[in-house]
Amino acid sequence: MTVTEDTLLFIEENKRRYAELKAAGQKHAPKALPGPTPRDGSPIPEGAVLHAETIPGGWYWSTPLKAGEALRIRLPHGPAAVSMIAWAAGDKSERLNYADTVKVQWTSALGKGRVLFSDMGRVMFSLIEDTTGFHDALVGGSTAASNRARYGEKALRNTRDNFILAAGKLGYDKRDIPPALTFFAPVRTDADGVFHWLEGKRQTGDFVDLRAEMDLVVALSNCPHPLDPEPDYAPPAVEAIRFRAPAPAADDLCRTATIEAVRGFENNAR
Amino acid sequence: MSKFFATPVRDASTAVADYFVPANAPFSCLVKKGESVRIVDLEGQQAVDTLFYRADDFSERYSSQDTLRVQGSAYVSTGTKLISSEGNLMLTVTADTCGRHDTSAGACSCEANTVRFGHQVKYLHACRENFVIEVMKHGMSKRDVVPNINFFMNVPVEPSGELAIVDGISGPGDYVELKAEMDVLLVISNCPQINNPCNGFNPTPIQVLVFAGEEG
Repeated sequence: MTVTEDTLLFIEENKRRYAELKAAGQKHAPKALPGPTPRDGSPIPEGAVLHAETIPGGWYWSTPLKAGEALRIRLPHGPAAVSMIAWAAGDKSERLNYADTVKVQWTSALGKGRVLFSDMGRVMFSLIEDTTGFHDALVGGSTAASNRARYGEKALRNTRDNFILAAGKLGYDKRDIPPALTFFAPVRTDADGVFHWLEGKRQTGDFVDLRAEMDLVVALSNCPHPLDPEPDYAPPAVEAIRFRAPAPAADDLCRTATIEAVRGFENNAR
Repeated sequence: MSKFFATPVRDASTAVADYFVPANAPFSCLVKKGESVRIVDLEGQQAVDTLFYRADDFSERYSSQDTLRVQGSAYVSTGTKLISSEGNLMLTVTADTCGRHDTSAGACSCEANTVRFGHQVKYLHACRENFVIEVMKHGMSKRDVVPNINFFMNVPVEPSGELAIVDGISGPGDYVELKAEMDVLLVISNCPQINNPCNGFNPTPIQVLVFAGEEG
């Protein structure tokens, strides 16, 4: 195929534009983001708690979350991993999309100041507080098969089955279950792309605060991450607290730190 | 870039089906257990966004996360086992002349494009448009469209967690071949994206060949 002069110019123009966007996303945005929240920082304002739930090790929970409410997921009893999926309230076909979330923000390293996208180019959550900065966006939660491979032939609860149960109780089915994000799962790749678990990146008292940016339905699963090298299956209970978040100010970090987030919120407002 | 041929290399003239998929277009076909499917990047640097569904139960489908977990690595090449949402083996990558394929970054959509590149690009043909059109021919809907595998798309994931779509490394005629371990519906969006380097900003056609199983 011969490429015309016009096509070559078009390609060059798009190439230049992409290089600029990539530089802005990778080189500038991270510098605008703060470090992790101190473990004793950001107390929930007096009277703001709407509901608090303790999710036993191995179990799941689901909750509606209205725009402006936030969900604190906390580890009061030791290191745990909490997988999450979410749907737009009233339209289960719009759901959390990890691939768009990492691709749009030029990183799989989610932390304070980042946002989580639906598959419709809208912001579902703002990560307004986060004490670790180590979460897994790529590998997903445990399954019956991954539990068997890790722990042998025991009947142990897993995240896939937990999400099937959560979806079933909401009147959804397996086709509605998107891939998951897992908080407090310190997974990174090496130079060859091989996944590694970074020990010591989470501690008792760690938490994330997720502010809902649209009306949502959220499901959580408290099961060990499949890459967690801990030989025993002994997930501790975790705490989930739904509370009224302070209204975002005009210079709200998550809404202003990156141009991608700005455009996502413009989509939310339409 | 090293090559990843697996032997024996099949003769294209022995294919039982031979499909030409134009630039930007959707495509689907059935691949039976034991058959192999070869996806050929005819002109090089073309991303081929691909989904698989179990042929007799579309609620079981390709799972990028299960695939990444099972292989323990962010990149797809020869030997990679493609895993379903039910934890079953769907296909195995048996040959790959390119060496680098992505399953972390999913497909482009009109909506995500507005966030990535600006609202002015909303009305450009995108992979999810292809997927929705194609899966609806089989009685499915948008909710069946999940993060996919991107053959020939190059998305390095850095130790820092950073990732970006960078220039593809496939040349004209490079191919990937997969053996079906169950009857599957193959659905392709031959990516129309012109805002990133996944296809060199210039979408081109591909070829899909199906080979009979060795035991006939």
